[in-house]
Amino acid sequence: MEGGPSARIREGDCAVLKRDEVFKAVSVLRRRKIIFEKQWFYLDNAIGHIYGTMFEVTSGGNLQPKQEVEETTTETKEAGTDNRNIVDDGKSQKLTHDDIKALKDKGIKGQEIVQQLIENSTTFRDKTEFAQDKYIKKKKKKYEAVITIVKPSTRILSTMYYAREPGKINHLRYDTLAQMLTLGNIHAGNKMIVMETCAGLVLGAVMERMGGYGSIIQMYPGGGPVRAATSCFGFPKPFFDNLHEFPLSKVQSLLSGTFSTETLPAEPEENALVEEESNGLSEEKQTSLQETEEEPATEAPMEINPTEEQDTMDINAEDAEFKENKEKENKENVREKQIKQWERRKKLKEAAALLKEKNADGLIVASKFHPTPLLLSLLEFVAPSRPFVVYCQYKEPLLECYTKLRERGGVINLKLSETWLRNYQVLPDRSHPKLTMSGGGGYLLSGITVVLEKGKSDSSNSEALKMEEPSSKRCKLQDLPC
Amino acid sequence: MSFVAYGDTIRDGDTAIVFLGHESMFPVKVQHGSVTQTKYGVIRHSTDLIGKRYGSKVTCSKGGWVFILHPTPELWTMNLPHRTQILYSTDISIITMMLELKPGSIVCESGTGSGSLSHALIRTVAPSGHLYTVEFHQQRAEKAREEFREHGVEHLVTVTNQDVCKNGFGVSNVADAVFLDIPSPWEAIGHAKSALKAEGGRICSFSPCIEQVQRTCLAMEEYGFTEINTLEILLRVYNVRTVSLQIPDLGKAAEDNSSTGFDSSSPSHQGSPCANLQQGTVQFKSGVPLREVVGHTGYLTFATKSLV
Repeated sequence: MEGGPSARIREGDCAVLKRDEVFKAVSVLRRRKIIFEKQWFYLDNAIGHIYGTMFEVTSGGNLQPKQEVEETTTETKEAGTDNRNIVDDGKSQKLTHDDIKALKDKGIKGQEIVQQLIENSTTFRDKTEFAQDKYIKKKKKKYEAVITIVKPSTRILSTMYYAREPGKINHLRYDTLAQMLTLGNIHAGNKMIVMETCAGLVLGAVMERMGGYGSIIQMYPGGGPVRAATSCFGFPKPFFDNLHEFPLSKVQSLLSGTFSTETLPAEPEENALVEEESNGLSEEKQTSLQETEEEPATEAPMEINPTEEQDTMDINAEDAEFKENKEKENKENVREKQIKQWERRKKLKEAAALLKEKNADGLIVASKFHPTPLLLSLLEFVAPSRPFVVYCQYKEPLLECYTKLRERGGVINLKLSETWLRNYQVLPDRSHPKLTMSGGGGYLLSGITVVLEKGKSDSSNSEALKMEEPSSKRCKLQDLPC
Repeated sequence: MSFVAYGDTIRDGDTAIVFLGHESMFPVKVQHGSVTQTKYGVIRHSTDLIGKRYGSKVTCSKGGWVFILHPTPELWTMNLPHRTQILYSTDISIITMMLELKPGSIVCESGTGSGSLSHALIRTVAPSGHLYTVEFHQQRAEKAREEFREHGVEHLVTVTNQDVCKNGFGVSNVADAVFLDIPSPWEAIGHAKSALKAEGGRICSFSPCIEQVQRTCLAMEEYGFTEINTLEILLRVYNVRTVSLQIPDLGKAAEDNSSTGFDSSSPSHQGSPCANLQQGTVQFKSGVPLREVVGHTGYLTFATKSLV
């Protein structure tokens, strides 16, 4: 069932472009101009090639598989031993800015430009071997643009989102996401509850690990779940058969037993649909505003249905003379809406039934909301002896959540943690940690559910209950820091 | 129960985790008629465990109680009998994600060691994937096979007793990912390459020393691996504490409340006491790092085998 995309790039695939350490998710479509890292090109020629193929952009924006080239540095190497005689006079490069531009305009291969830059650098031969290496690497990066097309995966997409749009995923760093998947024991066959406002990235990661086996109930705030990142994974259709969604605003009524899909008025449902669209938009605007300071050019990671937008605009632009048609259309629309509503209601009922069994195999929370109320309510739906993981960008809300969970009971092995990630440069005689590392990737609170004793759920008398337990026991199980 | 599928009730033959509190726990093999001693007294399997729900509180003979937990690879990692140094869940997490493992993946691993990573790999690739694990130490290989059988996952794993550096993984062109945790990984890179699928795959090597990493990176480059990337992941665990700091007596006494009210203006924790000026202390909640933490486990080097 895991199937997934084939090894070859096909039209309609979700793919990821990679240049050095920069990623961008795209749909593979014919005659569609792609702009990536200040270059534009078409993906047409990439279709049929195996994922992982490296391409070069040629004139006219075509992609051409990169040929493995023999290193041309066969000439006797000459290098200095130190930089005592190298003076920064700004005149070491004999090629001017205009010369380089002319070379580029002539369509000369990046590789040859790099060679010319080396030949016209008066200081190159005096540089140390390491410095020469570094110089070539830097120039190659600039002039020899190689684009690799890779298959989407949690590894690629979470790295991409963290680098490009951290605001949209609440600054959840990829190693933190990796911890969540492991601490949550996510695997095929689980019945998972996921509450996230990370553009659907966490949902996608959970779906990948479950491979289409088992079921997922996504709890969503507002009018509908956001799944922009989920769609970048390119999951096969069957993966969505057991993906359910349930509105957060109905959780309380479900827990108190007053929930009913019949009592749902039609109006809010429709509003919800509209809200879904506008919500998505406004949210996008908000985050991009927030991010302007961090990243000047935030492109959407994926162009999502520009055709649909086109359609709605056309309808709006219609003239009065098409009124009749319009009315007909309206009637059809109403009918369509009714069908949609009926389907939504049916799906809602299914999700409610799944939750009511209160036997979920785990809970994953990663949202912009305060985690405490989410945990206190959603844990009710989880079976005993199952793991749960909460992500928060900040430590303080998790401190409170920890305290409240201890008061509630029904959880053990509570752990507040954070991971640090350090990348290394490994080269002969030049190995060291990379210059920059991420300042923070968020915090996790994890634990395991256990059978909640009756009466203990009422936090007001939990203190009294604690007192009834043998004091030695309390000391061991309650008071020691977990 | 099984390590790859949750069950609700404890059954004869299960491996369960006895949780005594504060990371104090141990695994137990559930058997009719068997008993287990804890510091809170005896647990009788037939009456106290079998048929009970996982996650239940079980009262022991001396009146103390413990929780019985469903096994997971993570709990197993914390409780398994060590035959070697093992990988812990923090490293395992990033390995699993960076190797892009999921249901259906075919993975090669060496050495098997104590099976800490193996259990996590099996969990992730089940039900349709497979783990080929190679261990050159005969006793360890046998012990691992026995554990996989006991844990109901033997159909998902093949343990081979041979030297991976000399003889490879025993399979070729099948793996989506390879993991190496051996003293000289550079000697196994060639075998890793041939174990991976023709269209490519991912590799990871775990080494404690930077010299090992350097040789491995050179070997990877030599064999045409790309995207070579070395990283290190560290876990920081915080204790949640309520801390109170004393307010110094600067001779201001209680005459001027507004000037000392710096804390009451902070919109902190409802309910939790913040400033108690009468007693001269300020209380707050803090996440306090442990006094001593793991500073280094190993470097993880990842790379991609691209098509030729």
